[in-house]
Amino acid sequence: MSVAETTTVPEPSSAASRKRLVSTRLLRSEVRLIGGRRRNQMGLLVLAAVPIVLAISVRLSSNSSGGGPDFLDSVTSNGLFVPLAALTVEMGIFLPLAISMLAGDAVAGEANLGTLRYLLTVPVSRTRLLAVKFASLCIGALWGVATVALAGAIIGIALFGTGPLTTLSGSQLDFGAALGRVLLVVVYLSACIAALGAVGLFISTLTEQPIAATIALMIFTILSWILDAVPQLEWLHPWLIVHEWLSFSDLLRDPPFWDNVLRGLGVDAAYAAVFWLLAWARFSGKDVTS
Amino acid sequence: MTLPVTQVSPPAAAPDTSVPVADPAVETRGLSKRFGSRLAVDGLHMVVPRGAVYGFLGPNGSGKTTTIRMLLGLVEPTSGTRSLLGHAIPREASRALPQVGALVEGPAFHPYLSGRSNLARLDAADLWSDPRTARTRIDAALDRVGLLATAGKRYRAYSLGMRQRLAIAASLLTPRELLVLDEPTNGLDPQGTREVRHLVASLAEDGATVLISSHLLSEVEQICSHLGIMSDGRLVAQGTVSELRGAGVTTVGVTTSQPSDAASVLGRLGVTDVEVVGDEVRGHPGPVAPETIVAALVHADVPVRGFAVTTPSLEDLFVGLTGEGFDVSG
Repeated sequence: MSVAETTTVPEPSSAASRKRLVSTRLLRSEVRLIGGRRRNQMGLLVLAAVPIVLAISVRLSSNSSGGGPDFLDSVTSNGLFVPLAALTVEMGIFLPLAISMLAGDAVAGEANLGTLRYLLTVPVSRTRLLAVKFASLCIGALWGVATVALAGAIIGIALFGTGPLTTLSGSQLDFGAALGRVLLVVVYLSACIAALGAVGLFISTLTEQPIAATIALMIFTILSWILDAVPQLEWLHPWLIVHEWLSFSDLLRDPPFWDNVLRGLGVDAAYAAVFWLLAWARFSGKDVTS
Repeated sequence: MTLPVTQVSPPAAAPDTSVPVADPAVETRGLSKRFGSRLAVDGLHMVVPRGAVYGFLGPNGSGKTTTIRMLLGLVEPTSGTRSLLGHAIPREASRALPQVGALVEGPAFHPYLSGRSNLARLDAADLWSDPRTARTRIDAALDRVGLLATAGKRYRAYSLGMRQRLAIAASLLTPRELLVLDEPTNGLDPQGTREVRHLVASLAEDGATVLISSHLLSEVEQICSHLGIMSDGRLVAQGTVSELRGAGVTTVGVTTSQPSDAASVLGRLGVTDVEVVGDEVRGHPGPVAPETIVAALVHADVPVRGFAVTTPSLEDLFVGLTGEGFDVSG
């Protein structure tokens, strides 16, 4: 979605009305709708609670060795490991669940409420509606990932300080550079979740039940994780949406190792494009009887 | 009571042929929609002239809402074409719909947003509306339906009547040439129904064309200039209110102590379908003026106790066309 300034051109056909070629009003309204919904606010609190619980429990337990998630062992050395550990944990279920709920609301939710028919008769073209809905899901993805990272960074720094960060290659990064790496991770994981959002947007056009769309996308995600864990299906792994998600740890090498991350972004872009087009193909000619 | 009426369901009969309407606000040609094996709308030829208040009547399930959804481009017809304000739907929907306010199958808004926020969202979605005047226009629309005082309340707290008003307000956010109101009085109390009628009448006075659907003739009869009557997916009658009223056959009734004499007088005058029921003689006068009948009766020394001329009400016509009772056509 381009965020270009609104421009107006005179519409010769009708006297008073002028059509805007580009407007961000609907997108802003979408974001307000997502952010204003109590359920989503609660969801964000849950997302933010994970790093806090994680940090406090590590702080309280003197013995931090053992089979926790990656990064957890390093948490005590630098506060910025808290957001990274939390993101590792939440990429499994919580963040996909968050985008599943937003994707369920996107089209199926509007159809369920009946607001879809009123949006379409405003009129909002179906293509534009899907574009705006996907843009809002991308913002939602960034919102969720950033919330985890921010809550993690704040509690981590508060409990463990801002010492130099030891990279996975063994070298040390100063705090500023380490913060930059965390921001890269946030952007990468937001793209991963946004691509999942495109899958959810397609599912959302198939039903009028937002819960059904949410559950279907969760099943899709969990199935992808399961397939990714079956060694016999190794040929399939590079094409699974979740396969490169945890490769974000490559960004914490020195220098960052880009191959897997770029491959992951490529797969994300392919999923986003294919499923957005599927959503469009499904939605553009569909009878809206809700 | 059976009534011969203007049938328009076979393509282009009766009132359609009288005066072809130039540049109608709504026009459909052979519009049909099949859902599975059920033909929900069957070969509709509908014409709503500009400036008309068109009452779109029919029992629940007769295909009114499906027709309205097709007009607005929400549902694609199985066959046939439709145009709004001279623009073909759906190809030119983006030219037509900004000038069309619509209420389709009841109100639908986000329950956890206030009435005002819900309208703001619809206005934000409109590429043709001016964001600088949004606040004023939203308040004006709310004021027009009497919701200004409760505009800040969440939609979920609204009563059905308030929801219906909010939906009407949504169709008034920008000036419209055509309003398509599907059952706007549903769920309103008699007071609210009257207010909606006044509102529609005042919108029509401002020059808008109004297509208003209802399953109750009595709710819209007073404000309509035109009527279209749906039954079982077909448009069984269409025309101006006076055309439809005239379509009903006038009956004269003579109450007398000598019914057989009266019957023969009526027969001589050319009154058709003369029948005697007790002390009353009834018949269809056709072109025979009632005063001629009275004069002839008096001249023939028939003692007349009562004389009545009745034309069927629109209600009779409506019931005759669509059937009575609670059966939902399916």
